Amino acid sequence: MAIVVARRLVKDYGSFRAVDSIDFEISEGEFFGFLGPNGAGKTSVMRVIYCFMPPTAGDVKVLGLSVVEKPDLIKSRIGVMPQENNLDPDLTVIENLIVYARYFDIPVKVSRPRAWELLDFVELREKADVKIEQLSGGMKHRLLLARSLINNPELLILDEPTTGLDPRSRHSVWDKLNHLKAKGTTLVLTTHYMEEAERLCDRVAIMDAGKIIAIDTPANLMAAHGGNLEDVYLKLTGRKLAGGTA
Amino acid sequence: MNIKRAFRVWQRHLTVYTKLYKSSFALNFAEPILYLTAMGLGLGAFVRDIKGMPYINYIAPGIIASSSMFAAIYECTYGTYVRIVFQKTFDAILATPVGIDDLIAGEMIWGASKSILYGTTIIIVISLFGLVESPFIVLAIPLLFISGLIFAEISLIVVAKVPGIDSFNYFYTLVMTPMFLFSGIFFPLDGMPPIVEKIAFFTPLYHLVNICRAFAMGRLAAPLTDIVWIIVVAMVLAPYPFRLMRRHILK
Repeated sequence: MAIVVARRLVKDYGSFRAVDSIDFEISEGEFFGFLGPNGAGKTSVMRVIYCFMPPTAGDVKVLGLSVVEKPDLIKSRIGVMPQENNLDPDLTVIENLIVYARYFDIPVKVSRPRAWELLDFVELREKADVKIEQLSGGMKHRLLLARSLINNPELLILDEPTTGLDPRSRHSVWDKLNHLKAKGTTLVLTTHYMEEAERLCDRVAIMDAGKIIAIDTPANLMAAHGGNLEDVYLKLTGRKLAGGTA
Repeated sequence: MNIKRAFRVWQRHLTVYTKLYKSSFALNFAEPILYLTAMGLGLGAFVRDIKGMPYINYIAPGIIASSSMFAAIYECTYGTYVRIVFQKTFDAILATPVGIDDLIAGEMIWGASKSILYGTTIIIVISLFGLVESPFIVLAIPLLFISGLIFAEISLIVVAKVPGIDSFNYFYTLVMTPMFLFSGIFFPLDGMPPIVEKIAFFTPLYHLVNICRAFAMGRLAAPLTDIVWIIVVAMVLAPYPFRLMRRHILK
């Protein structure tokens, strides 16, 4: 079953076309990646999928529901790990999870044990009562991941989940994501790290200037164009991918 | 807009506030008391009775109004701006079932709640000092919520329109401070050129001061026009924060 279906998706900001009529489908249980440099339109696609803003044109369905008609229903069943840290700085680690659960109408009776479970999952149990500013960058990323799982999402959206992390923290996040995939969660991520896409994704869509220029498994892309995904991007666009590999 | 989801936003602000109130509450509370003592006692020693009351009794109900105004305005200008720009709280919340309209409603209701909180605190303090004649002053509390909505609405409109945090100073200096000085808190406006009272009529604080002062004197029917004014204006302004913020946040 398709978890996300986009048909002729367009997103404009004023006169600037960030996403230029793209089509894609993401299946249940799949780990799907949007790959491309900054400004390719990846984050805009994510924001439409998680109903932060409506598409300018086109038809997008998530979990069988239209993003324009049923955004709150969709949002109650998905999780979002944002690119930037937007944890509540005035709250402790555990309070961040419990307050976030309230937005989903999850009662404290349910959210408190769930929060502890998630803190174990991301290895932050001993930091439960610590303020956010005392966490390292890697810990904040892991807490953002835990927060995005508070409602047991069927679909998890990750916008550059490891940007700015050191290799060890990056591997730690990757382990968690692989674990979620093994449990059957559908995952969608954006990245400009080729290694991340190669290691994690079942399929990737390579984006450039608002368009999808290739969409396939990493193995097929590399077989068809030669080299690694970095080389594939270079061959398809004639340009090097800004940001480089991990 | 879904009122239950707006309440979730309100609840988040309350959770954060109850953790931080010790520092912020004392500060916000100190300023009105400073005005009351400095003007009421200091200046009051040289001022003859106004409309039959000692000067400090005359200004005390006005301080309820101004304190509740400052609370809502600071919350929904500076506070909201920090949540949007520095803390990215809006981004975090908008990834949940809470929508932009719920979020803006939550900000407005929270701002109005702070108006009640700070106004009520002043009511308690001036009552303890014996500066209020009538217990009917408690009837002002629900109206502090309505006027608080107006101050919150105006503030959110400002946030949606200004280019940066420094621009709030223009709003404070050109709108809030004149309103504070010329709303009849410190002197009756009928002693000024008539134009002053005419302009004051178009500001919410002037009407709130009238309401608080009348209730403090036990005159319940007197501020009827003022009550109608704040209810109508709160309703007329209501759509704009939603419309402008939608555009501002989802740009």
